Amino acid sequence: MHDALTVIAPTRGWAPIRLRELWEYRQVLYFLIWRDIKVRYRQTLIGATWAIVQPVMTMVVFTIFFGRLAQMPSDGMPYALFSFAALVPWGFFGGGLTQGTNSLIASGHIITKVYFPRLLIPCARVLAGLPDLILAFVVLLGMMVWYRVPLRPLGLLCIPALVVLMLATAIGVAVWLSAMSVKYRDVQHVIPYLVQVWLFITPIAYPSSLVPDRWRAVYALNPMVGVVEGFRWALLGEAPGLVLWPSILTAVLILLGGLFFFRRFERSFADVI
Amino acid sequence: MPDIALRVENLGKEYLIGGPSSGAPSMLREVIADAVRHPLRTLVGRRSPNVPVWALRHVSFKVERGQIVGIIGPNGAGKSTLLKILSRITAPTEGRVEIRGRVASLLEVGTGFHPELTGRENIYMSGTFLGMRKAEIDAKLEEIIAFSEIGKFIDTPVKHYSSGMYVRLAFAVAAHLDPDILIVDEVLAVGDAAFQRKCLAKMEDVRHHGRTVLLVSHNMSAVTRLCQRALLISGGALAQDGPASEVATSYLLTNLQVPAGREWTDRTDPPGNDVVRLRAIRVVDDSGALVESTDIRRPVGIEMTYEVLKPGYCLVPKYEIFSDTGICLFSTFDTQAGWRSRFHDLGTFSGVVWIPGNFLAEGTVLVTASMFSPEPQRTHFRERDVVAFQVVDRLDPDTARGGWEGPVEGVVRPLLEWTITRRDDGEAVGAKA
Repeated sequence: MHDALTVIAPTRGWAPIRLRELWEYRQVLYFLIWRDIKVRYRQTLIGATWAIVQPVMTMVVFTIFFGRLAQMPSDGMPYALFSFAALVPWGFFGGGLTQGTNSLIASGHIITKVYFPRLLIPCARVLAGLPDLILAFVVLLGMMVWYRVPLRPLGLLCIPALVVLMLATAIGVAVWLSAMSVKYRDVQHVIPYLVQVWLFITPIAYPSSLVPDRWRAVYALNPMVGVVEGFRWALLGEAPGLVLWPSILTAVLILLGGLFFFRRFERSFADVI
Repeated sequence: MPDIALRVENLGKEYLIGGPSSGAPSMLREVIADAVRHPLRTLVGRRSPNVPVWALRHVSFKVERGQIVGIIGPNGAGKSTLLKILSRITAPTEGRVEIRGRVASLLEVGTGFHPELTGRENIYMSGTFLGMRKAEIDAKLEEIIAFSEIGKFIDTPVKHYSSGMYVRLAFAVAAHLDPDILIVDEVLAVGDAAFQRKCLAKMEDVRHHGRTVLLVSHNMSAVTRLCQRALLISGGALAQDGPASEVATSYLLTNLQVPAGREWTDRTDPPGNDVVRLRAIRVVDDSGALVESTDIRRPVGIEMTYEVLKPGYCLVPKYEIFSDTGICLFSTFDTQAGWRSRFHDLGTFSGVVWIPGNFLAEGTVLVTASMFSPEPQRTHFRERDVVAFQVVDRLDPDTARGGWEGPVEGVVRPLLEWTITRRDDGEAVGAKA
């Protein structure tokens, strides 16, 4: 008989991440993502177009104010393309961060009624933004054709790796903040400010070449610096001063720290939510 | 050695109530402000006054494979906490649980349902949450849809469903779970009678498949009918563990505060007056032993012992029999020949009346005992709800229930004889079939 033995015992302090359990529950993750996507696209009147309208509108505003009026340098690229190449990953990241952080509280009714690794909830929320990212990316490719920027096969091959780096960061932060938001309800209110500040410390409206060379590595400790400059390099071939290793380092630290932090507080979620 | 499906050892769950470190949601800004104001206290680990409350403590039991175990007890006794620990929703503070096999817990109707998704999509969603694999749901999908009786609305978002449709769909999913151990909390309370019948029938089905079931319910007749065994949880502890009918009975009786037998001495203020006093009253079986619960098929006796203090009175003992809903089922008094002119001597007497088997319905029965004289009419005492007992109707074929799992209406349950007679020649119908 398939008699798996489950042992339930108190756990104190730091707990292991138990990746194998996450793997066993992969179907729950799949259905959580599937549900989020279905519901999002079914509820919104304009559906998928929203995924495109948002970054495009921001791009237009940025191009007028930063590109035209403020004469912001753009490493020799058309400013619209320069900013849009950054806004596409940023839109995914900012959205994933907000949605992922709020996901646990929004799923309170499930958390108190059925068991599965809670970690899947913020992960699914972040991953559910991928279709939006793909749609926006298609628009970005269209813009590149419009501006006659040649596609670089090597660069395109690097995009998935950059998406993974971005996912690690977004999931890492969402895991931290969602666990905190269960205990401290005002974390939710902090998120918009966090996203805003993060936007400004990331080279979206400006090129990172504005940052003095000796500060470049410190600046790149923000993983989104690596992601955004990586996108520009991969697609447009222009990214002077791209430093990737500090970004990878922080992303891994945030993710690992977040997973352990989450596991530690996970056991009290059902009692607190 | 019996095959143990579930082993619970010294299980306990503590909650902290009150105080900022109670675990209840608080505000980050308060924590930060506190840390700024009292940096040292925060670092050292401030202990604010919060009260530890054990929702559950020192609970140990084992469940064999294939057993259906009822969990009963008053609200807030810790039943739900126990189920939540067993279904891994919340972690215990102490103790240990070992579970062999796949567990599915059904703590609400429609776990994981999303109003925007269609019925079909919610089957997948809820099924996945409850522990089914996608391939399993694929295989059972048609069966689930048929069971739910939703029909063509299966592809409509469930937000447009009536509550009845919603519950039917939710239960259809739950009913097709195929776990080794099923944990069910009070879901039987939801839905109409037909739905409950379907639930109960399905639970019976589960039993025949040798699965282990833990059922929390306030419906004592469901517990005594479905479960061989029951656990009584009271005040966070396991108060009783035994055959379901016994545990349910003692729970109901403690809850009612009415025993199956009582005695009075002169010091304990016996009911009565200067003519007659009540000394004892007992519910007995046919061997004369005190019983708190009785099988529906067996007769049950109510015995009254009284002391006559003044001679020359005609004294008639009388019982009024009530259901726990307060309906008077019937009354009975001593009507043997010449009862109006039989005068008692001094002394102690005992009167017993036998209620036949296959007559009372299952449930709690309360007895009001009195003593009266007919001419001139006078009541010497009348004790309301003086004793009580349970009538238990297990799923045996030779009762009025006939093994039927669903609810049976009526305040009495006589076993009556039916006669079915053929009215045609038997050929016309036979030819059609």
